[in-house]
Amino acid sequence: MIHKYQLNGCNIVLDVHSGGVHIVDDLTYRMLDLIQPPLQPVCPETARDVLADTYTDAEITEAYQELYQMYQDGVLFSEDDYAQFADRMVASPIKAMCLHISHDCNLRCKYCFASTGDFGQGRMLMPVETGKKAIDFLLEHSKGRRNLELDFFGGEPLMNFGAVKEVVRYARSKEKEYNKNFRFTITTNGVLLDQEKIDFINAEMSNVVLSLDGRKEVNDRMRPDVGGHGSYDRIIDRYKALVQTRGDKDYYVRGTFTKYNLDFMEDVLHISRQGFDQLSVEPVVTDPQMPYALTEEDLPAIFAEYERLAAYMASPEHRGEFNFFHFMIDLDQGPCAIKRLRGCGCGNEYVAVTPDGDIYPCHQFVGMEEWKMGNLEDGTFDFRKKDFFAQTTIYNKEDCRTCWAKFYCSGGCNANNLQYSGDVLKAHKLSCELEKKRVECAIMIKACRMMDAE
Amino acid sequence: MKHVKTLNAANLKKTAAHGGCGECQASCQSACKTSCTVANQKCEKKDK
Repeated sequence: MIHKYQLNGCNIVLDVHSGGVHIVDDLTYRMLDLIQPPLQPVCPETARDVLADTYTDAEITEAYQELYQMYQDGVLFSEDDYAQFADRMVASPIKAMCLHISHDCNLRCKYCFASTGDFGQGRMLMPVETGKKAIDFLLEHSKGRRNLELDFFGGEPLMNFGAVKEVVRYARSKEKEYNKNFRFTITTNGVLLDQEKIDFINAEMSNVVLSLDGRKEVNDRMRPDVGGHGSYDRIIDRYKALVQTRGDKDYYVRGTFTKYNLDFMEDVLHISRQGFDQLSVEPVVTDPQMPYALTEEDLPAIFAEYERLAAYMASPEHRGEFNFFHFMIDLDQGPCAIKRLRGCGCGNEYVAVTPDGDIYPCHQFVGMEEWKMGNLEDGTFDFRKKDFFAQTTIYNKEDCRTCWAKFYCSGGCNANNLQYSGDVLKAHKLSCELEKKRVECAIMIKACRMMDAE
Repeated sequence: MKHVKTLNAANLKKTAAHGGCGECQASCQSACKTSCTVANQKCEKKDK
């Protein structure tokens, strides 16, 4: 299977099953519409006849020979032989956790999937003892995995920062004994950031996600506090202070765009101009009935905006200004095929834990009682559910199996599939369309940079 | 080649044979939390 597209003046051909990325000239781009595998050593007359209106016989022969060589080398129309790796899709150790240290929040963001912080379960902070039990759970279930990831999430985790510190201290005290390396991350709205918290976060957290939607009016429309006041002015300088002393550790200033700001590139640039260079601005995923929801009718505008942003980032004068999370891609050293087949790992190698100690497949499933996997207090854990999620690979999702983007998105978000398509295994089409456009843009940026570097 | 330029090693199949160590980051732990993207994660295996 191949996927070909034109973007920003590039003719790009992806060979799906080898991962090959090729830039081709106009003749070859057209030729690929006219030939089908299995390729023969000589260009088919039917293709030659069509191309003869523009190209010489010698040119056609030469281009075809190059494609035929690629075909023989296994980087064009390569076979889908990944079924042999099906036995690698078995249940994994649990090595990543989203710890809901606070089911309370000091903002009332209108698009919040957590029902403004409490996930519909009542406002509550996680007791330190529950946090420690979550660490014990990870230590036990991670088996041979050395790198363990724990994201402090909410609600707003800074509302329970004492517990955050205690849980970090407890986990660190166990690292040597268990031969583990904890990687902590935290996702915050910034309202309660002060120097003491900044220092702790910069010392202990390998990544920090700082929520900000972009321009003040855009941010404040969707991210007001309990009294309805915007949050921008309270957080922007705190974020700057955090990033100034961040050193070489990761961070993202992360926003959400909605129907209200389909010109979200302006928000990306706004954040960049505040001095941040690790950015992520992502589409809202919500009930299509909500007035700010993105719907199919918005796709042309979103696609155009993604392309505008990608062209900006690919241009020599703006190259390297910032990283945009959804356009990051490494064509050679990215994740292995097994990771790409497995997908996000929710419910299998990744779980979420609520302040009550309830265990869910991921943060997006929290509150869906039927998907609860167990509880830390009573020691229950449903391995049948874990086995189910171990099987949610791209080859078990009908729409994904035949999709050209399957090795880039790896099957999308299982929770979104469930919420908006009614089935974990059924792709959420709107998300698919957005993801495919982002992958096209990301590869184009990479291609432009590599071509220019030569 | 004159008509085609290949930008990468196109070695995805090889990584299937040697991959799967599971040490890399769960994708939702990076920035997104709402929109799964696996291809932008880093491989943790240095000798692949």
